Amino acid sequence: MDKVMSNKYVIALYVLPALLLILAIIYVPIVLTGYYGLTEWNGIGAMKFTGFDNYARVLQDNAFWQSAGHSLLLAVFSAVSLFGYLLVALVLSGKVKGANTFRKIYLIPMLLSSVAIAQLWLKVYHPTNGVLNSFLESLGFSNPPAWLAETSLVLGALFIPILWQYAGFYILIYYAALKNIPASLEEAAKIDGANAWQIAFRIKLPLIMEVIKVTIVLAVVGSLKYFDLIYVMTDGGPNGASEVMASYMYHQAFRGFDFGFGSAVGFVLLLICLIITWIIRKLTESKDTIQYS
Amino acid sequence: MKIVSAGRLPAEQSYEGKSGLGKIGVGLLYVVLVAVACLQVLPLVWLFIFSLKNNQEVFNLPPFALPPSPHWENYAKVWTEGNISLYFFNSVWVTVISVVFTVLLASFVTFAITRMKWKGSKLVLGLFMIGLMIPIHSTLIPLFSMFLKLNLTDHPLSIILSYIAFNLPITIMILLGFYYALPREVEEASVIDGCSVNRMFFQIVLPMTSSVVATTAIINMIYNWNEFVFVNTFISSDKFKTLTVGVQNFIGQYTTDWGAIGATLMISILPILISFFIMSNRIVEGIAAGSVKG
Repeated sequence: MDKVMSNKYVIALYVLPALLLILAIIYVPIVLTGYYGLTEWNGIGAMKFTGFDNYARVLQDNAFWQSAGHSLLLAVFSAVSLFGYLLVALVLSGKVKGANTFRKIYLIPMLLSSVAIAQLWLKVYHPTNGVLNSFLESLGFSNPPAWLAETSLVLGALFIPILWQYAGFYILIYYAALKNIPASLEEAAKIDGANAWQIAFRIKLPLIMEVIKVTIVLAVVGSLKYFDLIYVMTDGGPNGASEVMASYMYHQAFRGFDFGFGSAVGFVLLLICLIITWIIRKLTESKDTIQYS
Repeated sequence: MKIVSAGRLPAEQSYEGKSGLGKIGVGLLYVVLVAVACLQVLPLVWLFIFSLKNNQEVFNLPPFALPPSPHWENYAKVWTEGNISLYFFNSVWVTVISVVFTVLLASFVTFAITRMKWKGSKLVLGLFMIGLMIPIHSTLIPLFSMFLKLNLTDHPLSIILSYIAFNLPITIMILLGFYYALPREVEEASVIDGCSVNRMFFQIVLPMTSSVVATTAIINMIYNWNEFVFVNTFISSDKFKTLTVGVQNFIGQYTTDWGAIGATLMISILPILISFFIMSNRIVEGIAAGSVKG
């Protein structure tokens, strides 16, 4: 058995194709991004090594920090909205008839492409014929705003479809975690006289803390690299009011042909994602995890 | 890293009769759940309705009113005139090829990591798992220049290779949980009977893992069908574009024809919606299993 199962040629045959592929498509490019950031390059011609000039430029670039601020705001929104998802999941995981159907319905938007979602919400927000402004007008608001054209409203307006897209995903994760809690714990608490509120917040939430931490990281890092929907809906506009880090990088590289600077932005984006993941991990670290099985 | 939840949920428990006050509370909870469900579905219902209208009806009828006679010709029009059929079939074959290779390569790796003995298996697993955390935008510029040098820009191989590489980590992660739980007796018996590793993998292990393979395949299908950034960056000619980018370009040209836009969007999401109605349990399971501790 051992001899057959440690045959080096077979192992190489099974592992190398996939391994070489992720090295070539994921890991080599990550290193190259860091390196390209040290050069001046238009994407086609010769590279000129310029040391840390691009990175210094990124750090002093107001437009970059503005986009980073927008990304961070989206991340905070996303993290806060997790609380709402958690409440829905708590309700759903109670003895609700049709819970399975509900969580499936909630999940539908998550399965659609960001392009389709973006195009659909462009229509929802359409100033004159969109369903949102039609609704507001029927309620008596005479001059509803052009949501995506106002610098002060655009980020909030973009966040709604993001919420719509991901709600089902987080509700599904929380629901699965809550359903994994043994029913005996809840019964014991009931016998001891705990009410539904206490059971939810004193017993269930602490038990799924690990899952909550994971979702915070997912939501925050996911928001920091958010791109598709914003690229399609506003392309960072109006006037940079909805530019985020990934779209800023894309514009610098593939529109401005400043691939050196774009790479530097891309590498800083990677570092920010890794650092923030690490910080959230540290902040939510607990000395002892609760076991229940 | 570990899997947050491996899908499979306990059987539904139904609400048991309680006091009157309890019933009012339960009723309120249902109102909340139904309201959330409506919010999730109504934009799609509206999309379907305006895909059947002409512009006059979009502008004059209430948003959720059905037109007197549905304009199904919107669908026929965009399918034949707007290259949408071409983009659609590009999406189909790019997705199929990527899914087959991703699932097969991921099964190979997962088998080697969970069943075979070799130095470095931990390291290799770590490389795949860290791959989950890498933002694709940080790889985009070097990938673009690599494909440019290899003459692979504007070639379907550029997106297929990218899809396979970026979906391998999540696929391996979902497979791992299943492989660890799989009993080894059958494999041991087959080795004793003189079965080669290849035969064991293809004739015993792959068939035994077919249910989780189906789950990863459907999850991969959704990701690949919806992917936008790679196609948008690497592919420039119409003949290779997939639906996401094709739809985006098409709508850019017909910004004022609501019916055509609605029909295009409906066509682009229909395969996903249909597979959801057929295989919703698998999809739910796959998404729950794929939520990572990264």
